[in-house]
Amino acid sequence: MLGIGWALRRRIRSSEDFFLSGRSIPAWIAGLAFISANLGAQEVIGMAASGAKYGIMTSHFYWVGAMPAMVFVGLFMMPFYYGSRARSVPEYLKLRFDEKTRGLNAITFAIMTIFSSGISMYALAKLLELVLGWSFHGSIVVSAVIVLIYIFLGGLTSAIYNEVLQFFLIVLGFLPLVLLGLKDVGGWSGLTSKLAVVATNAGFEPGAWSHSWKYMDSPTHNPMGMEWFGLVMGLGFALSFGYWCTDFLVVQRAMAAGSMTAARRTPLIAAVPKMLMPMLVILPGMLAIGLHATRGGFLPIGDDGQPNYNLAIPMMLAHYLPSGLLGLGLTALMASFMSGMAGNVTAFNSVWTYDIYQTHIRPGQTDQHYLRVGHAATVFGILASVLAAYSATRFNNILDMLQLVFSFVNGPLFATFLLGMFWRRTTGHGAFYGLLTGTITAALHYGLTLPRGSVPGIKGGFLGAVLHTYPSEMALNFWTALFAWTGCFVATLLISLFTKRTKTDEELRGLVHSLTPRQRDGDMPWYKRPVTLAVAILAVSALLNVIFW
Amino acid sequence: MRLDVRWPIGGMFSILGIMLTLYGALSSPAIYERSLGINVNLWWGLVLLVFGLAMLWFAYRAYRESKPKVTDSTSTP
Repeated sequence: MLGIGWALRRRIRSSEDFFLSGRSIPAWIAGLAFISANLGAQEVIGMAASGAKYGIMTSHFYWVGAMPAMVFVGLFMMPFYYGSRARSVPEYLKLRFDEKTRGLNAITFAIMTIFSSGISMYALAKLLELVLGWSFHGSIVVSAVIVLIYIFLGGLTSAIYNEVLQFFLIVLGFLPLVLLGLKDVGGWSGLTSKLAVVATNAGFEPGAWSHSWKYMDSPTHNPMGMEWFGLVMGLGFALSFGYWCTDFLVVQRAMAAGSMTAARRTPLIAAVPKMLMPMLVILPGMLAIGLHATRGGFLPIGDDGQPNYNLAIPMMLAHYLPSGLLGLGLTALMASFMSGMAGNVTAFNSVWTYDIYQTHIRPGQTDQHYLRVGHAATVFGILASVLAAYSATRFNNILDMLQLVFSFVNGPLFATFLLGMFWRRTTGHGAFYGLLTGTITAALHYGLTLPRGSVPGIKGGFLGAVLHTYPSEMALNFWTALFAWTGCFVATLLISLFTKRTKTDEELRGLVHSLTPRQRDGDMPWYKRPVTLAVAILAVSALLNVIFW
Repeated sequence: MRLDVRWPIGGMFSILGIMLTLYGALSSPAIYERSLGINVNLWWGLVLLVFGLAMLWFAYRAYRESKPKVTDSTSTP
């Protein structure tokens, strides 16, 4: 595995090289890279953990969240990204608004990458602890050192190829696990009856773990503690659109496609395997909790008295796979932790060095100076990730923590993008103070509410008064995102109305919808048009929602 | 396009497939108790091998098709 990465690295000299010459990669490769940039170990561990904690409702992340958002990116957002010269979110914000908006976004983005890499680090350390029997502290140190070496050896230069490779490794490494687990419990009907025990034990209707919509009429009827409105608006709208539209680790993959049409088709092609992913990542979690409830003691109990859902996948691996295939599964996991961490730390490094340090702190230094700063930033990033990894130990489901971070960063940012792209009147001041308001709104909401059964602190409620208690961490995240989005949207709108425009129509060409030439698909046969693909994807995900209603 | 990604994917999974299949054929049946008595190494090894070979075949076909065309000379195999 490492050997292949090494061999590839020699062939592809740098990522820039890749972007310049590589704008011809086939759409299916761009599509797979698009989802594997997102299908890290975080997703595998986090979605399985959520499958165990919240049941099949976790599939809303896919069939309500990702699908419409990916279609939206492909149809409406790609033309701006592919057409403008922007290579990152901060860069787009600078072109569309001004330097200070870019700076603010760079700071929140830097914080997000640290948490993201810290969560991967926590998961890797937990895995090392479980498999090799090391202590957690020792495992953290080892993971930090490995990532440091990996980055300094230039491990990310062949990112896109590695990602496609990892995609297949994860799919082919986990499929036998799911098949064996399903066979063991007696298929879907066997699983449903086991999950009924889980649900009844937790005081819900028997079907609460195996129906995605049926119990969404009230937050008290389902394990996630959400009702349909909060879920559709918080997850489906604010969080998912925020993530897929503004996360450039993902969007960049589509920009490597050969033409505008191919770039627009990339997220749509990616949506097809993405739609089936719940089978691979959520199902093992549901199997694990089913076995936990009926055969006893499958998942270790954490300090909070709850099962540690994060260990669903590692425990399943150890339970079902014999030596041989077990190696394949573990390799798949570790490889993706490693690249997840390295990718985030590298992103932190470049945002800090170019978008913050070079622009705001010390402009006009030599390249060597910035290179040294970059190295220092990498080391700092890894140390900060260690802290984030320790804060992740407080969460029994890493997806809860990850979505919390997203609700702070992507939630408000999506409002800024929406207004910036579709309303040319949006001003730089409006965007900056709007984004600030959105982030502060998120902090206030998070500081004044608490998930049930938690103590004030890292899980919220640290501002003294707890005004509302949510039934679950995830419910708190969804509402945080929705509040943050609304705060940013309203503030940006109002401030833009009262401030003067600083950019002329000419400067905004290609950055704002009404000033960008329309995409014409008329000369393509109807079945090749992105719109056709989009409609088909939405129809199938609607169907999946009905099947698992 | 310098290197078709299907070459390394095909190569890696073919090798993994052969290794797993051999391991499955030679290992004692006792270790398959946890996998419900199924020799998953053997069967999944074969699946990986078929997948790897298919990838290699697709890569080879694309390579053969692109060969007669004169493209810019910077590309390496």
